[in-house]
Amino acid sequence: MSDMILLGTRKGTLIFDRINSNWQPRPILHAGTPVCYAARDPRDGTLWSSLDHGHWGPKLSRSHDEGATWEDISSLKYPDGARYIVKYLPTPDFNPESPFAQPEYADATVLKIWNIAFGNADQPNRLYAGTIPGGLFFSDDGGDSWQLNRPLWNHPSRGGDLFAGDATSENQWNGTPASIDYGIFEPGIHSIVINPQDSNHIYVAVSTAGVIETTDGGQSWKSRNHGMLMDYLPNTESEWGHDPHYVTNCLGQPEHLWQQNHCGIFYSDNGAMSWQKVSKPDIGVNFGFPIAADAKDGRIAWVVPARADSERMAIDGGLFVARTNDGGKTWQTFRNGLPQDNAHDIVLRHGLDISGDCLCFGSTTGNVYLSEDRGESWQCLGNNFPPIYSVRFG
Amino acid sequence: MPHVEMTQHLYRFFPQLKNTTLTVPAGSVKEALLAINEIAPGFTDYVLDERGALRRHVNISINDNIVIDKLKLSDLIPNDGTVYIFQSLSGG
Repeated sequence: MSDMILLGTRKGTLIFDRINSNWQPRPILHAGTPVCYAARDPRDGTLWSSLDHGHWGPKLSRSHDEGATWEDISSLKYPDGARYIVKYLPTPDFNPESPFAQPEYADATVLKIWNIAFGNADQPNRLYAGTIPGGLFFSDDGGDSWQLNRPLWNHPSRGGDLFAGDATSENQWNGTPASIDYGIFEPGIHSIVINPQDSNHIYVAVSTAGVIETTDGGQSWKSRNHGMLMDYLPNTESEWGHDPHYVTNCLGQPEHLWQQNHCGIFYSDNGAMSWQKVSKPDIGVNFGFPIAADAKDGRIAWVVPARADSERMAIDGGLFVARTNDGGKTWQTFRNGLPQDNAHDIVLRHGLDISGDCLCFGSTTGNVYLSEDRGESWQCLGNNFPPIYSVRFG
Repeated sequence: MPHVEMTQHLYRFFPQLKNTTLTVPAGSVKEALLAINEIAPGFTDYVLDERGALRRHVNISINDNIVIDKLKLSDLIPNDGTVYIFQSLSGG
């Protein structure tokens, strides 16, 4: 069980340390700066925060001394010539049939470094970062320098190689509302799932496009959205256009993947070759953002449900966690220790994590809850934190 | 040589610029920023994006005039001018 929890919040990085069985928060780090993701590299203990400066551009920040000192890194940049096809937020007067006669291109700049992932032990200096507007970056020197994964950036689902010229295929990637703060409506990579048994086998999830897999270390990518269903498009089984909110896997059984999607909860026991919708709307287990998978048993997962996309808040003012032990056939709901009156929290996609039998989540209302019995009962670690974007055990 | 003033927010990242009288041998805004970057490596990453354009929520003025060219920063600075670098107001 981990002795550290890192929170990315609207007002900085928060670290809890477990001291004598009590979780104690340190004074806030990166004070005043939005931190959209914070995590600890399990290989060497480096702490990472993704700074979401409103004025000065996104930056990574890392600490090699458990958080005592931090070094900001500006080297994650799109290369010259990186372009993408512009998308626009669908407004009431938006014409989806023909928003413009020809594709409109934009030069890519990093707007948000949405998440960070760490390579397996056989790639000790490999890191990944998912960004808005939809670029996957990797580093092979511990984060000193970064490169764009070009096969994914140049994928036919994004119009092809726009470094070489104009689009050669239709852009199937749509925007995420998470980009609107930056004045755009562009896609973002929020989930990077590495197979612990095969470093060349990686999934990324894109809002809004879907799940994409590589089995050759990022040289080629294929959509993995079979079985996914969309409530909001005429063709509910389209190859593209899906909105996975977060995707994760079982570390011990990595062919078991879990996905909290805009349109429900989906489970795959065959490495995302197909997905199965396993929501239970009748007990409120359907919509939400985060999902966590057990490290040993791929059939076990947890979610923190919300009402719906139109009501992104706890259901009827009561916060609960749901767990399945059987691949989503049945769900149990747990409320012990969680507020059941006037709780209107929403837990964002990176706001839930698991370490052994411990789970922790934080909400945009600034509440942090911890369970040490696999989600069955909860204790509050505090109520007045800034809006919480990410929770990760260290 | 032109004089440079900047928001104190930037001193958080570049404390070496605090309490200094900053003059730079520069004819354009771009040259001024590159000169500051020599003194404080990494400075341009905070005010410009990777295309070299002024970040969306950063403003630069020469004396009282907001610069016109925010893409290539080609506005010329008079030798006795002052460059101001500050953040845009973007909410209360």
